[in-house]
Parts: sequence; C-alpha cells; structure tokens
Amino acid sequence: MLSLTNEMKREIIMEHYNSPNNKVEDITKISNFENFRKIRMDSDSCIDDITIYLDIENDVIKNAYFSGVACAISTASTDILCDMVKNKSEKDALYIISQYENMLYEKEYDSEVLEELNAFSETHKQAARIKCATLGAFGISKILNGENDE
Amino acid sequence: MLDVKNIKKDFPIFKNHENDKKPLIYLDNAATTFKPKSVIDATSRYYLEDGANAHRGDYDLAYHVDKEVEKCRAHLASFLNCFSREIVFTSGTSMSMNLVAYGYGIKFLKEGDEILLTEAEHASNVLPWFKVSETTKAKINYIPLDEEGRCTPEALRKVITKNTKVVSIAQVTNVLGFKIDIKEMAKIAHEYGAILVCDAAQSAPHMKIDVKDLDCDFLCLSAHKMLGPTGIGALYGKFDLLKKMDPFMMGGGDNARFDMCGNVAYLEPPAKFEAGTMNIAAIYGFDEALTYLENIGLENIENHEKELRNYAINKLKELDNVIIYNEKADAGIITLNVKGVFPQDEASYLNSKGICVRSGEHCAKLLKDRLKTVGTIRVSLYLYNDKSDVDALYEALKNGGNFLDAFFN
Repeated sequence: MLSLTNEMKREIIMEHYNSPNNKVEDITKISNFENFRKIRMDSDSCIDDITIYLDIENDVIKNAYFSGVACAISTASTDILCDMVKNKSEKDALYIISQYENMLYEKEYDSEVLEELNAFSETHKQAARIKCATLGAFGISKILNGENDE
Repeated sequence: MLDVKNIKKDFPIFKNHENDKKPLIYLDNAATTFKPKSVIDATSRYYLEDGANAHRGDYDLAYHVDKEVEKCRAHLASFLNCFSREIVFTSGTSMSMNLVAYGYGIKFLKEGDEILLTEAEHASNVLPWFKVSETTKAKINYIPLDEEGRCTPEALRKVITKNTKVVSIAQVTNVLGFKIDIKEMAKIAHEYGAILVCDAAQSAPHMKIDVKDLDCDFLCLSAHKMLGPTGIGALYGKFDLLKKMDPFMMGGGDNARFDMCGNVAYLEPPAKFEAGTMNIAAIYGFDEALTYLENIGLENIENHEKELRNYAINKLKELDNVIIYNEKADAGIITLNVKGVFPQDEASYLNSKGICVRSGEHCAKLLKDRLKTVGTIRVSLYLYNDKSDVDALYEALKNGGNFLDAFFN
C-alpha cells in the first residue's frame, strides 16, 4: 500500500467517523440478526460504549456491524475493521488484528494487510488514545475467540 | 483575586514541568488537586523522622505519632466546627459514604423505608445506597432537579415523606457545580425524622463549612481534593449517631477486648471505625493542607474562583462552537462541549495544548438524560488558576473543531 500522508490519514479517520459504513442504530432491522454473535465493549475509563455484531458462517465473517457511541478514534477504527474483516476467514481476521495491535504498540508489523488501518500509525504519540484505537479490535477478537454476549 | 504567581511557587509540580514542551495548565481540580510543598514535606516527615505506628507503642516515637494524628483530627474538627471525637479518618469520601451506608443504613433501614438522592450525585453517593436498598429492601427515590439541574429545598419538601429515613446529597455537585442549601435540606429532613448525609467532596476544598450550623448528620470529604495527600479523608458524624452505628471494617485498633466466644467490646468512636493501620503519613500532610487553606482563607478562595469563573463564562460564551451546560452554577466547575466533537476527542486535543481537563460522564451517570448528551468536558478551577489559564483554554477551544490536529502533530 502507498504510504499515507498525515492529511490522507486524517481524511480516512474523519470519513469513517462522520459516515461510518457499518454503524447501525437498531440491529434488529438487519435480517438474520438473531444469529449474529455480539459483544458489548464499554470502557471503564471513558464513555465509549459500543456493541459489535459479527455474522459468521463456516468460519467466514459474512458481515460486521456495530452500534453505540464512541469517540472519533474508536468509531473510525471499528468501522474500518468491520469493512476489513468482511468475507475473511476467522484466522485472516485475527491476523489483521494482531498486525494492527503490533503497529499501535510500536512493534514490527505487516503494513500491507492493514490497508486503511495505517491511518492510525501515529496513535502511540497520543498514548492515551491507544485504548480508543483498540476498542473495536479487542471486541472482534473476543468474539472470534468464542465470547458472545447474551 | 488571589496572588496566583506567588501561590504557584508553593506548588513544586509547576516548577518541575517548567521545561516541558507544552505548558501545564491544570483545570481538573474536581478530580484532584496539586500539593503545596508544606504538605509534601509533612508527609515525608512522618517517614523521615517519626516512623512508628499510631495507637500502639509505649515508646517516644509512637507517642509522638499519636499526638500528630490527634492534632490533625483536632485541626479538622476546628476546620468543620465539631468535636474531635466526631471525626473518623477514612481513605476518602467513597469510604466515608460506604461507612455511613453499611454502618448506619444497613443497620437501621428496613423494608418500607425510603432513601432520597438526586440524579446529580457522584457514584460514591449512589452505589453504596443501591447496596443498602438491595440488603434492606428500603426504596431509593430521587429528588427532582429543576430545569438547570439544581436541587432545591422546595423540591425536597415535595417528595419527602414520613418513610424517608435518609437524604443523601452533595453540597456541590461534581458535574454541574451547583451549591445546594444543605442547612435548609437538613431542617426539612429532620422535620420528617430523616438524617441528612452531605457529600462535601466538591465543597470542602472551596468554601467554609460549619457542620453545626448546617446541622447535617454526616459529612464526607477527601483530603486530596483540598491540597492534601491521596488516600486520606474523613467522615464527620454526630457523636450519638457514630455511637450507635456499626463499623464496616473490623480489626486491630478498634476494640478494647474480645474473646473466643465472639464477644467484642468496641472502642468509642472514632477509634471504633479505624481498624487497621491508617495512612499516617497522609494524616501528617492533611494537617498541613488545612493550615495552607486557612492561611489563604476559604472565603478568599471562594471569591477567587467565583471571579475566575465569571471571567471564563463571559469569555467562553463568545465562542459560537462551544456549548456551556451550567452557565448559572455557583462553584468553579464549567461543563461544556465543542459542537460536533466527541468530548474525549476534544479533551485529547486540549491535552496537546497542555490543558488538563476531564471528559466523560464524570461518575454522575444518571445525568446523561438530563443534559441530553452522552458526555461533557469538565473544567474545574482552584486557587492556583488565573486568567491566563482561562485565556489558554479559550484559544484552544476556538480551534477545537480541528481536534485531530492533536493526533498528527
């Protein structure tokens, strides 16, 4: 992937924050919602409170949605992740998340697979925001690791 | 206004950050406050010079520690205008509240009784009462707030009944900063035979409190919000109430004797409630914090904050992109949002300019519905803030819509 300028990163974040592709007001309006796996991610240190829904069939994520309220960083990162894990196997999705976390925690990472998530490569400079940038990622990996809220 | 330039010299933290890349503009005083050197020195003095445990030893050092602990207790008693025996040291307001809830609430409340709170209370004045309600089946109801979010004696009068046994409210609310007329509230509560519990976490640091004049039954405060160390605070309680309530922590130092059959003779209050070794160093520091506040004068502090608040409100009102939620409040707390910006995003933007504020629900989760917003930014002032801090905030908020600047610079 081409290296992103800060201006491009900023646009990616604002775009997914202002008009997220995968945010729903009411999940029950989505067909088959009863079969989605879901997890509520509310943070103890801020007011972010989102619920993530994954429609998984035969180890493939068919669809990904989220609802709730969160800051720009949480919202945009969750939305991009939802875009990216769609039509991927659980294993591939977990690989993307692991590389994303490596980037946030300043370890070596595979930037090729991160696509728009590369917009968050500066997060470590505002360390307090790492929690925001990982809220959605932690939620998705929790679901993929077998957790499911009733 | 106070001589902030000189006051700042008493607080080493400002000097210690003088050479930082960004300024240190601390506007989160409702969360906690910085400490003057005298407080820090007193805390160290315990470890450097005295070192022994309180209420235990037979030697000079231990005797001296006892004297220092009791000196702070007497100091706080005179600060609040009560007797020393009515001051229980706790870890802070949360523990004080829990002590009242467990030691008094669970012991004396029963099904059919009622506890009155408001929607503006801090979690520490709500959750302990949830526990009381769950245990005793007493019911919790809320005194309605007026349109601005203020709790008035008239509102209490409308909802209080003969079943009301506890009215528990903050003297200054932590999100909106309204000053509540505790004296009148206590009078009404007593007419109905209820007790009044006052959460003074946000008021004690900023205004003179006279518990005898207020006639509240319990009052809870934290030292760290009033220039003192963390991990220490107090519960004031009328002595007869303290006498009849239970400790909620049992152990060493709170009893005269016990036997293997389970018979215990507890000490008189306050010792009855002070099981275990307390945060003695913090008590040394707390004593100095009270001295510092008295030297400046609580009235002067209150006036300083009032003037600074007015200045801030007038200035921030010029900004079309800023929504202020509590323009008419009394305390040095200003709750606001930048239009279209999530509060946490704005707070981290302010952080990039060196401005420390709190974003979020501020523990008063019930307020969400009233303010019609999921969260806010809270600016809270204290004696070491001046107009230049407000000016810096104003300049930063002016550009506050570009909050992602913080992320990329």
